[in-house]
Amino acid sequence: MSLLVVTSPHAHGPMSTSRVMGTVLMATLPGVVALTYYFGAGVIVNIVFGGLVALLCESLALLLRKQAVKPFLKDYSALVTSTLLCIALPPYAPWWLLLVGVSFSILIAKHLYGGLGYNPFNPAMVGYVVLLISFPLQMSTWMPPLGVGESVPGLLAALQACFNPESFDAQTMATPLDLMRQNKGLLLSDLYAANPQFGAFQGVGWFAVNAAFLLGGLYLLYKGIFTWHAPVSMLLALSLCALIFYDEGSSASGGSPLFHLFSGATMFGAFFIITDPVSSAVSNRGRLVFGAMIGLLVYTIRVRGNYPDAVAFAVLIANFAAPFIDNYTQPKVYGHGKGKGGSKGSEA
Amino acid sequence: MRRIYDFHGGIYPAERKTLSNEGSIRKAAIPSQLVLPLAQHIGPTAAPAVAVGQEVRGGERLTDLSGLPLHAPTSGVIGAIEERPIPHASGMMAPCIVINCDKEDRWIELTPVEDFRRLSPDQLGRQLFEAGIAGLGGAGFPTARKLPGDSNDAIKTLIINGTECEPYITSDDALMRERADRIIAGVEILAHIARPKEILIGIEDNKPEAIAAFETALARREDMELVTFPTKYPSGGEKQLIEILTGKEVPSGGLPASIGILCQNVGTAAAVHDAIVLGRPLVSRVTTVTGESARNRGNFDVLLGTPMEDLLAQADYQPTVRQRLIMGGPMMGVTLADHRCPVIKTTNCLLVPGPGELPEPEPAQACIRCGLCAEACPARLLPQQLYWFARAQNHEQLEEHHLFDCIECGACSYVCPSHIPLVQYYRASKAAVREQKADNARADHARERFEARQERMAREAAEKEAKRAARKRAALAKAADQAADGDPIQAAIERAQARKAALAKTPGDEQAIQREKLARIETRLAKAREKLAADDGSDPAITSALEKAVATTESKLADLQTTIAGAGGTPARTDSDSETTSETENA
Ligand code: SF4
Ligand code: SF4
Repeated sequence: MSLLVVTSPHAHGPMSTSRVMGTVLMATLPGVVALTYYFGAGVIVNIVFGGLVALLCESLALLLRKQAVKPFLKDYSALVTSTLLCIALPPYAPWWLLLVGVSFSILIAKHLYGGLGYNPFNPAMVGYVVLLISFPLQMSTWMPPLGVGESVPGLLAALQACFNPESFDAQTMATPLDLMRQNKGLLLSDLYAANPQFGAFQGVGWFAVNAAFLLGGLYLLYKGIFTWHAPVSMLLALSLCALIFYDEGSSASGGSPLFHLFSGATMFGAFFIITDPVSSAVSNRGRLVFGAMIGLLVYTIRVRGNYPDAVAFAVLIANFAAPFIDNYTQPKVYGHGKGKGGSKGSEA
Repeated sequence: MRRIYDFHGGIYPAERKTLSNEGSIRKAAIPSQLVLPLAQHIGPTAAPAVAVGQEVRGGERLTDLSGLPLHAPTSGVIGAIEERPIPHASGMMAPCIVINCDKEDRWIELTPVEDFRRLSPDQLGRQLFEAGIAGLGGAGFPTARKLPGDSNDAIKTLIINGTECEPYITSDDALMRERADRIIAGVEILAHIARPKEILIGIEDNKPEAIAAFETALARREDMELVTFPTKYPSGGEKQLIEILTGKEVPSGGLPASIGILCQNVGTAAAVHDAIVLGRPLVSRVTTVTGESARNRGNFDVLLGTPMEDLLAQADYQPTVRQRLIMGGPMMGVTLADHRCPVIKTTNCLLVPGPGELPEPEPAQACIRCGLCAEACPARLLPQQLYWFARAQNHEQLEEHHLFDCIECGACSYVCPSHIPLVQYYRASKAAVREQKADNARADHARERFEARQERMAREAAEKEAKRAARKRAALAKAADQAADGDPIQAAIERAQARKAALAKTPGDEQAIQREKLARIETRLAKAREKLAADDGSDPAITSALEKAVATTESKLADLQTTIAGAGGTPARTDSDSETTSETENA
């Protein structure tokens, strides 16, 4: 009778990598639904096509790297990357934009650095920034959300936009963040009144989209996929900056904290991008610093920089800093420091 | 209510204690053979004091006192003293005393202590040592070595650990439910030794019956406090329990005693009672047999040395393919390679999972740095970073990230979604770092020795050089002294020079010198002639050489006489000179 000899622990928790990734994908659902509702089927086409490209690229990279394809595909990490990237891209993006972005994310930003777990930068954001720098026109082509143009393209139109971009007659408009950045001389209230994009509250559609991503993020928090530290500290830092420079809505104002929290990719970035564990700081204290840094950068780039939404840049810059942050934010290990006095401990 | 502290991290694995916590403690049968490894504890082992073939009775000491002693759990004959497989993660063999039991269970006369309060801490500690008491919680540290002696009263808090936080294990639970009084009596003895200001008995709240038993037993006692706290793994780790009960941390690398705390397991307390009050050495313990491969699970009072297969058989064990035999719980237990391994002092549980009960580890995937491991780590480490450094064999960073504060609880591995066997990496890394340190120490030692040798040689050379210099200095000094006093050689030289100078100053000095020369050559000629006359002509070479010498000398003499004659006519002559000259002329 031979016995099996393995080392402890012999029990394992219910978590698995594919489950973590699957949960993240699940959690994007409310946001995707909101995006689809306000911007039409282009969002879905983006995600599906991008996902296919991602799986192909991942398989190709794994083959080239002579690794087993199946177990790695099963971890869904490629799908998570492509989904996050595709959510960030404008709906109705042409197919080649998706192809370039996703394959850059997977092949270069992920596998060239050694694959899952080794990439110092968030692959989705790398892909996004590459596209933003290379194809600024396509990247700023946002459809008017429902409520401004009062109808969104259907699935057919979306497919047409994706695969036959020339024939798709796109109607585009500036996003509230664009308007805010380009505001020259209008009081915020006037700016709001003059632009239908702002609608009644923070921007038509954008508020709902951000709220939906917030919902998904809270679900992930509840599931314990990540800790609250990075998102909360990012949102706090962003609100704080906005609060300091709000100045009651003058023409030079950068926008209210509420405006910043609920426009563009704020919530999406806070809960789906900066919580990417691979490229963020590792300790809770480190994540507080990491998040705060991103909040600060997002505000600065949005208001002072050249790009309307800054989450991608802010995240990449903070990715750079992550190992450095880690070095200075090691948690206090048991038995080192604390617990010398402990007078409280002897009270009955 | 006492304040309960929390520790960082921790996990909530399925407890599965109900598999084995029903029913009371059963007495396991005496097996036909007991195998007692000499090393069942941490520290030096004692040497056997019995011989093969010798008859022993229960309670008889089998070893000397050079280490924690062993006693015969029952009567029988010593069958062998040899290497046998022992329950250890390495699957190694180690020396064991084997008793062939006669199943009559005859015992020696035990000598209980009548009133332990009359004995000093040192005396009681000695008794516990001689009874072979080691911690029954897991590590097996000799209890006496943890206790303060007569002169030491640094212990403020005595903590009795009834936490039993590992899933599946119920041996302490069973003991607490059934033998609370015995445990408390043991605690009294420990308290008499350690003289703490407070005594805390900590039990996790998933053991309501044990808590009830202690509440009853402690009803009218003021000196001991029962503390219950929420169930969470690994609350029962000594450091974690101390943190829960006192909020204090044991300094890294230090002992609980350094912050005035003594921690003992409930099973150990019961054994202390037995050893002092009954005079009974540690020869048995309560062990849980559980897991779906054992159909008649429960807690057994087992004689130490009982082969596990005997004990498993009593629990109706039905092994399956790829069966695992785990000593301890699913979190920290070790799998054994052999059913014949004996139950030892630290065997709190035998876990034989059924198929699919504790799934075999899945293949590890890449670390996604999700940080779940850091969330779970009770030592507040960053397991993902440690894993990173372990793979890179970066020993410096491993220590920087406090590898050695890892208690190997396995919480990180448990939660890791990528199924990375993190603890395995830490164990291996600890070994590697220790080894490297040992290597470094050896290398340092060798270097030190080499440097010492170099230094010694340099010193010796320097000493030699110094001696030589000293001698030289001494010689010079002596020469200078003698010059001042009149050195004979120097004096002779001076005299000769003086004479020469004196001669040179005299008129006709040239002739005087030549006359001296002449006299010397005449003497040499006379000698040569003498030798030639004495020669017997036996060797023609010698004869001719002598003849030649005489001839040369004669010619030299003739030359000189000519020179002197040439320079002659000088009237001034000393008396001695005239005599020499006349001689010459006569010749
Ligand atoms: S739990 Fe596993 S996958 Fe997550 S950070 Fe830790 S080691 Fe990496
Ligand atoms: S095994 Fe070590 S690193 Fe892992 S959780 Fe336990 S103490 Fe932390």
